[in-house]
Amino acid sequence: MNSILEIANLGVVFSTESGDVPAVRGVSLRVEPGETLALVGESGSGKSTVALAALGLLPGNARASGGVSVGGTDVVGASEAELARLRGRTASMVFQEPATALDPLTRIGKQIAEVVRNHRDVSRQEAAAEAVELLRRVGIPEPERRASAFPFQLSGGQRQRVVIAMAIANSPGLLVADEPTTALDVTVQAEILDLLRALAADSGTGVLLVTHNMGVVADFADRVAVMLEGEIVETGAVEDVLLRPTHEYTRRLLAAVPRLAVTGSGSGSGSGSVVGEEAEGAPVVELRDVSVQFGRGPRAVRALEKVSLTVRAGETVGLVGESGSGKSTAARVALGLVAPESGGVSLFGADLRKARGRARRALLAGVGVVLQDPVASLDARMSVAECVAEPLRVHRRGMGAVERRERVAEVLELVRLPRELARRGPRELSGGQRQRVSLARALVLEPRLLVADEPTSALDVSVQQTVLEVITELQAELGFACLFVSHDLAVVQQFAGRVVVMRGGRVEEQGPTMSTLLHPETAYTRRLIAAVPVPDPVLQRERRERRLALGTGAGA
Amino acid sequence: MSIRSASRWGLVAPRGGAANRHSPAPLIARFARNRLAVAGLVVVALFLFFCFVGPLLYSTDQIHTDLTQVNLHPSGAHWLGTDAVGHDELGRLMYGGKVSLLVGLAAGVLATVIGTLWGSIAGYAGGWVDAVMMRVVDAGIAIPALFILLVVSAITTPGVPGLIVILGLVSWLVPSRLVRAETLTLKRRDYVLTLRAIGGTHGRAIARHILPNSVSTIVVAATFQVADAILLVAYVSYLGLGVQPPSTDWGGMLSAGLTAAYSGRWWLIVPPGLAIILVVCAFNAIGDGLRDAFDVRGRG
Repeated sequence: MNSILEIANLGVVFSTESGDVPAVRGVSLRVEPGETLALVGESGSGKSTVALAALGLLPGNARASGGVSVGGTDVVGASEAELARLRGRTASMVFQEPATALDPLTRIGKQIAEVVRNHRDVSRQEAAAEAVELLRRVGIPEPERRASAFPFQLSGGQRQRVVIAMAIANSPGLLVADEPTTALDVTVQAEILDLLRALAADSGTGVLLVTHNMGVVADFADRVAVMLEGEIVETGAVEDVLLRPTHEYTRRLLAAVPRLAVTGSGSGSGSGSVVGEEAEGAPVVELRDVSVQFGRGPRAVRALEKVSLTVRAGETVGLVGESGSGKSTAARVALGLVAPESGGVSLFGADLRKARGRARRALLAGVGVVLQDPVASLDARMSVAECVAEPLRVHRRGMGAVERRERVAEVLELVRLPRELARRGPRELSGGQRQRVSLARALVLEPRLLVADEPTSALDVSVQQTVLEVITELQAELGFACLFVSHDLAVVQQFAGRVVVMRGGRVEEQGPTMSTLLHPETAYTRRLIAAVPVPDPVLQRERRERRLALGTGAGA
Repeated sequence: MSIRSASRWGLVAPRGGAANRHSPAPLIARFARNRLAVAGLVVVALFLFFCFVGPLLYSTDQIHTDLTQVNLHPSGAHWLGTDAVGHDELGRLMYGGKVSLLVGLAAGVLATVIGTLWGSIAGYAGGWVDAVMMRVVDAGIAIPALFILLVVSAITTPGVPGLIVILGLVSWLVPSRLVRAETLTLKRRDYVLTLRAIGGTHGRAIARHILPNSVSTIVVAATFQVADAILLVAYVSYLGLGVQPPSTDWGGMLSAGLTAAYSGRWWLIVPPGLAIILVVCAFNAIGDGLRDAFDVRGRG
């Protein structure tokens, strides 16, 4: 067979200030025309480095060894001119972030036409006509009109479609897609994957798909290569690797992936008991008809519209929705960080809007917060101990230094971090460790409510699993209520007793997790759930077919 | 091969980008790599030694005129000759340098302190407070500093403390803009939000998080402010509106020596001119070096 991409014994070494760092070692793989090979692994596994090496796009401080051949051309030893001829014609790339992959000041039709004219000798008019045709192929409505739009006038999903249009403009034999749907919402992700699948099937293009998402792999790939610490540990057909993994690491990785339960097995009794629980505890935080508006006048954005939700003592409420749904804003209203325009917020039975000074601080002492970004959550100038001790300094001013140190050490152990970590700086910790330090800080005052805004979204699945386990265990031990904001339905299903689905600043529906996520009442929730890819290729194929049927049935 | 070891390995660490940006050891190493900045530091140190310790080793009378010793060429007795009223020129260079450096350093620091307070309050408060405070800054920047300086000096004939205050009051505008910009991004950091969410006060957020994280910006701004202040005080004195005789500074020496330059008495004009150029360039080089070492944005 003539492979479109053939990588033999690839090694990549980065030279850094602290010496040479090997990123990829002895990687061999091939992509045949018309097939999709998924390269999966956690952050730092070297999967993106392999993708960049395939197109000769490695940064200046990287040295590659071994062989990379794209459509018969050797990439490793090639000159810049040869590579330029190759890229965009024989092989092209789709990056993760559609917002930065396009020139913000050039109309999209022109950007696509430029790619065409770079490689083929066609007139301006012909190129423009081709650009419109490409936009039609990637599913942009009214392509003639949209060709003269600027990138900022398009949604994230549409931008990624434009990026794909540029990538396929010269019918390349190989498409390298590095996390092409990671920055997108699940419903958009499903559409983009459908598009890529159709394009690859139509034109016989080989696809090298780099991703960390096993659901995407199951949905799209024919074969899978699993990377760990710069090496491929397992390669095989998607059914084999995902359903019958042979390598121990693959097994552990798959076990850590949160799975969305999609069949109602055993949930009949479960949903009943959850409803019973719901009526119990007193409300810890309550939003009543809360509306929030950002900005003033005609350019004001309505972020929340009459949102009501309640978190009761001891329960976990999952707040889910796509980007822009208002889920984070709702959490911030509950924390008193965003003042609602109308409606009421009560925290521990008191009106948060009326509480001032000492009374307000006393209320807020009962709240712990964990936010998404492990880097930005901790002040890099402080030691871990100082970060964790901050709430004590705010609320327990009388506490002595020795007592404080002891309390910090206790809480660090509670989140399963060694006491010795207290002296280190946040920069010395991994992402998972940092999020556990954030959690320790949130729990140091023994709060009655934990608000967690996407606490594990920036983490690898195995790390996510340990962080979620720690939260669950501590919740059982300490009995705090939890408002858990997430875009990941599988995580919420695993973690929350009740779920609130938000869309466009409104509550779409809410109820016990089991019944709401298995038997959703609204069409939107049904679509949302159908769009989540599950890491089982056989099941995912069925789900996809059902979703496509649903999509045409639902119409809008 | 544990999963966790993957995070120690490969490309995870560079995610922070500027790892250890604020810890001192690598900071000094990065600064030391910039040859020009190190040279600047040496130049400044030499001038400080020259002006403040020099008079102890090379004693001259800079108060009384000595009309028997005017306009002497450089010689063994007067290494850089004498000026039109008989002051030893090398001694005068030390004496004037004291004023130039003192005023420059103090005014630069004063400007940075005022600018830091103004900028951090405006940036943190936001809304109309920010709007009003920054329009004040815009208005201040619209009026040339030199113009204000000349008007005020002409009215009051200031001494050294007066000059420091005036210079400080006209040059805090740029640092305040820099610090405001820094505060705007820092106040939205998750750790500040977290502190606010659990009931931490604004004062604590500013004192514990925002100012410490702006230190690099502030230090770099201060260095450039000192260079600017030294230059400004030279302008003012050159125009005869700075410190009054018998006291002087490098700008005043230039002004006094100007007529002499046409009659070939170069020693009255080259040494103070060179001193101003060297010190100003040295402070700018240090500022550049610090900026690169801290990895913060420039002076605009």
